[in-house]
Amino acid sequence: MTTIVSTSAVQARGATGSGAAAASGTLPAGAVRLDGVTKVFGHGAGATTALAEVGLDVAPGEFVTVVGASGCGKSTMLSLIAGLDRPTSGTLEVGGRVALMFQEATLLPWLTAAQNVALALRLRGVPRRDRRTLARDLLDRVRLDRFADARPHELSGGMRQRVALARVLAQDAAVVCMDEPLGALDAMTRDHMHDEIERVWREAGLTVIFVTHNVREAVRLGDRVVLMGSGPGRVVHEQPVTLDRPRHIDSADVAERAAALTLALREEVARHVGQ
Amino acid sequence: MSASDAARTALAAATGPDGDQGSRLLHDAVLDVPPGGTTPARGTDPASTGDPSGPGQVAPAGPASPSAAGTTGRAGSRRAGAAWRTVWPKLAAVALFVLTWQLVAWSAWRPAYVLPGPEAVLSKLGGLAGTATFWSALSTTGLRALAGFAVAVAVGTGLGLAVARFAVLRAAVGSLLTGLQTMPSITWFPLAILLFQLSEQAIAFVVVLGAAPSIANGIISGIDHVPPSFTRLGTVLGARGWNLYRLIVVPAALPAYVAGLNQGWAFAWRSLMAGELLVVIASRPSLGSRLAFAQEFGDSASLIAYMLVILVTGMAADALFSTASRHLRRRRGLAD
Repeated sequence: MTTIVSTSAVQARGATGSGAAAASGTLPAGAVRLDGVTKVFGHGAGATTALAEVGLDVAPGEFVTVVGASGCGKSTMLSLIAGLDRPTSGTLEVGGRVALMFQEATLLPWLTAAQNVALALRLRGVPRRDRRTLARDLLDRVRLDRFADARPHELSGGMRQRVALARVLAQDAAVVCMDEPLGALDAMTRDHMHDEIERVWREAGLTVIFVTHNVREAVRLGDRVVLMGSGPGRVVHEQPVTLDRPRHIDSADVAERAAALTLALREEVARHVGQ
Repeated sequence: MSASDAARTALAAATGPDGDQGSRLLHDAVLDVPPGGTTPARGTDPASTGDPSGPGQVAPAGPASPSAAGTTGRAGSRRAGAAWRTVWPKLAAVALFVLTWQLVAWSAWRPAYVLPGPEAVLSKLGGLAGTATFWSALSTTGLRALAGFAVAVAVGTGLGLAVARFAVLRAAVGSLLTGLQTMPSITWFPLAILLFQLSEQAIAFVVVLGAAPSIANGIISGIDHVPPSFTRLGTVLGARGWNLYRLIVVPAALPAYVAGLNQGWAFAWRSLMAGELLVVIASRPSLGSRLAFAQEFGDSASLIAYMLVILVTGMAADALFSTASRHLRRRRGLAD
């Protein structure tokens, strides 16, 4: 097991510079810890604080969903965890490699589904002779093996997002950050993607941090829902979801918990607007 | 239209919204029971799995439908129909042109030895096609074009990649490249002739100078317009430096690069024709030099015949680039 404080080269390169104090702890693979993480964009008078003193502990194998109004710094937090950016201050520790999934599937249009997955394998250092078989296996895991040779434009939105999911698996990451990955899908397809993501999460034993603005979706998927407030972005509330899986987004239990959380979220938004 | 405009247009198409293409597919395969009949996903609406427009329709390698044999014949005749629809306007245009030409020739606006009719020119062309000089001229010009274009591709591509990659280089020569592109290549010939005399090098020099800036600008514009989401994805996947460039940025810029190549070819061909008219190397017949001789000897029929050959050659090369470009775009779902 390797404990990497900041996994991406972007962050590693900058780690010697000023700013974030990167504490090298011994975090188990799949664990994520944010402590007093602050992110400020810009300098001087034009500076905006996107995140203020954010603290979050994620256990290995946990499915954490993050909800909040737009502009509350959810995406910024994921970028920091994924190592695309560095915190201005505070400590951020991640056990193992991080993969990131976006709202758009972002498949490369000149590659087939299998080649898109194989690209992730290649960049991970998997030898050429193993890539083809492995890519097919991964597509099989999201039940798209029949579409291995299809090009992205030949796939529907949900299928593309599943290829992206297979590509995330190809990265062999311990932690997967998902930035509203289902935001562009219709309700029916999204419903199926919930099952798909949940299944893959279980099978692969991943840690998932899933950002959404849909409270029901957050309750449907999460072991725990983290509520974020804006201006500046911070964690205002954490709510464990004790419902048994499988859950369904239209079930009364999910709706009831979602309603309570929506109320809390609404209060938070109102407080922010009132300021 | 400048090369950067052309490239930008190509790129706007290349980077168009990714989202709506999928709507062509009626269904997500998630609604399908997976092969091997494992348990369907929890929460699957039974009504949706029974949908008649299910994924059987979208499976690319699905079994042939019973009516496949019948549709092949229909598809064949449909293709012939489509071909005819694109061909007949061209044929009509050619017919109209020849007719106008014939009418002007008949009107005796100029004597027949100055402006011969289509029939005289075509029979002259037939005669020329039987001479060794004609084929020698065609091959000399063809080889010059290919060699010059190849060098221009190498220079333009290298330059374009370097300028797109290094900000200093861009600041240094970025606007110069655009300037060179707008400069009529014929203005280089006096200098080229002073530098290289009446030689192959003089022609090659101008051909490369004419074509390379377009090619460089094509690739620069292509790289500049690579969607940021692609480079972000590359970073997330762990592609850095050269790998990011080679695996993500360059392939994404390919359609704009092909547009640049197409324009580069057009400039190379024009420069070459100007060069062959000006730099006549007596021992080596070329299309341009035959044109010059035909004018000197007042041989209008040959002159027009050679012009037709030049026109058709240029059109053939352009068709080649269009095909490559269309193929590329179709593979990416950007063209039907």
